[in-house]
Amino acid sequence: MSMFLEAFTWLADSAAWMGATSIGHRLGQHLIITMIVVGIAAAIALPVGIAIGHTGRGRGFVIAAAGAARAVPTLGLLTILALAMGIGITAPIVALIVLAVPPLLAGTYAGIENVERTTIDAARAAGMNEFQIIVHVELPLAAHVILGGFRSATLQVIATATLAAYVSDSGLGRYIFAGLKSRDYPQMLAGALLVAALAILIDLGLSVLQRMVRRSVEPRMPRPRSRVAGPSLKGAS
Amino acid sequence: MIEFRAVSKSFSGGAVAVEEFSYVLPSHRTVALVGSSGSGKTTLLRMVNRMLEPGSGTVLIDGRDVREFNKVALRRSIGYVMQDGGLLPHRTVAENISTVPVLNRVSRKEARVTALELLEQVGLDLTLADRYPAQLSGGQRQRVGVARALAADPNILLMDEPFGAVDPIVRRELQNQLLALQSRLGKTMVFVTHDIDEALLLGDEVIVLRSGGRIAQVGPPAEILAAPADAFVRDFIGADRPERVLRIVETQGRKVVLDQAGRPAGVLAS
Repeated sequence: MSMFLEAFTWLADSAAWMGATSIGHRLGQHLIITMIVVGIAAAIALPVGIAIGHTGRGRGFVIAAAGAARAVPTLGLLTILALAMGIGITAPIVALIVLAVPPLLAGTYAGIENVERTTIDAARAAGMNEFQIIVHVELPLAAHVILGGFRSATLQVIATATLAAYVSDSGLGRYIFAGLKSRDYPQMLAGALLVAALAILIDLGLSVLQRMVRRSVEPRMPRPRSRVAGPSLKGAS
Repeated sequence: MIEFRAVSKSFSGGAVAVEEFSYVLPSHRTVALVGSSGSGKTTLLRMVNRMLEPGSGTVLIDGRDVREFNKVALRRSIGYVMQDGGLLPHRTVAENISTVPVLNRVSRKEARVTALELLEQVGLDLTLADRYPAQLSGGQRQRVGVARALAADPNILLMDEPFGAVDPIVRRELQNQLLALQSRLGKTMVFVTHDIDEALLLGDEVIVLRSGGRIAQVGPPAEILAAPADAFVRDFIGADRPERVLRIVETQGRKVVLDQAGRPAGVLAS
């Protein structure tokens, strides 16, 4: 228990919050790395996932590839990449993209695949072209599932972005590696707590967003502000 | 005018849905395609707006091969109603009805005005305009489906078992509404159903199909009832059902119509 106390003392120490190696600075780096990684991964996974979900083609291949990518140990991949690319932020970003693509891909194609076939058929019969079907039907109806994939990718990247500090001087992982090396376990624990807190906070935010998106797609109950609510309430009495 | 010229269609796996179907559907009339499942009726319907392409043969609209038209433009110019309405669940009733006009770059404001007019035409309350499909009953959803099909003022309406999923009382209401609409609008309508009574009620002409889209009999409803071509048609229209064979007795000075079992079906108009 005392280690936790020491970790909190370390966190409460104003020195940790100041200067170029401050917690705020590292937190910002961690977030930026996460955003870059998830952004690039989404740029890869979304088009591919949409193509698979829309056409139903290439599904087996991509599931196999994504499964293989999931099985790759990120630390091992990072080590190889760092040896090839050198010390710096590039290697961890590439390794993290490999980590983030599979959940994004799975969320995207599963979301689009699960849209009612009759709804898509009706949209096509009404005269939507394939692009309009994707934009006006499939993406809105799949949005909450895609966001689910986005959420799980983000969570994994935030947790694993600690490894960035293994080969570069960036992110909250810095405290963990520094603490490990200097046997400053309170600092190490404080770093871990910061990462966990960040992950939980972001995940919470995304889950709220996901629920909002889902509700906009599945409006079951009459909205209170809609004009129909009044008369139907009167009729009920 | 919709013309089928020796149209055949088989699906992967070798199942023959339609074989050498030829027929000319007249303009401004309702043709009911009726048959049990596997008769190819939906396949025929979907070849009109190129949701399916014929394996061989040609489908023509007003003398032009449908393959000459751009698929998307063709579909926008033809109304299509399907079972369950096929409405977009994330869009309101008014937005659903406006789908095609908005695709055709009509302004949203204008499209909404049209949508509200159409709501009225299909017998729905205007307060439903801003509801979502999930908040409507099955019958209301079908009416919205019909309104959406009419939104771009198409000459042709394709109806794919539109009232198959609603209960009998609502179905009867929807059928009557459609009859009233059709007598006002005079669209060229193709109505697919497996319900012979619906076909006899709605069709100016009825095509009874056997499996493989082969025509068992074509004609006005009265003709099919009066002279079924063969045992298949007799059986399909239920010619031996007691309510198909009526007789008249006189009671209280009125002519009462009884079915074969002696149950009263109604009175003759004097």
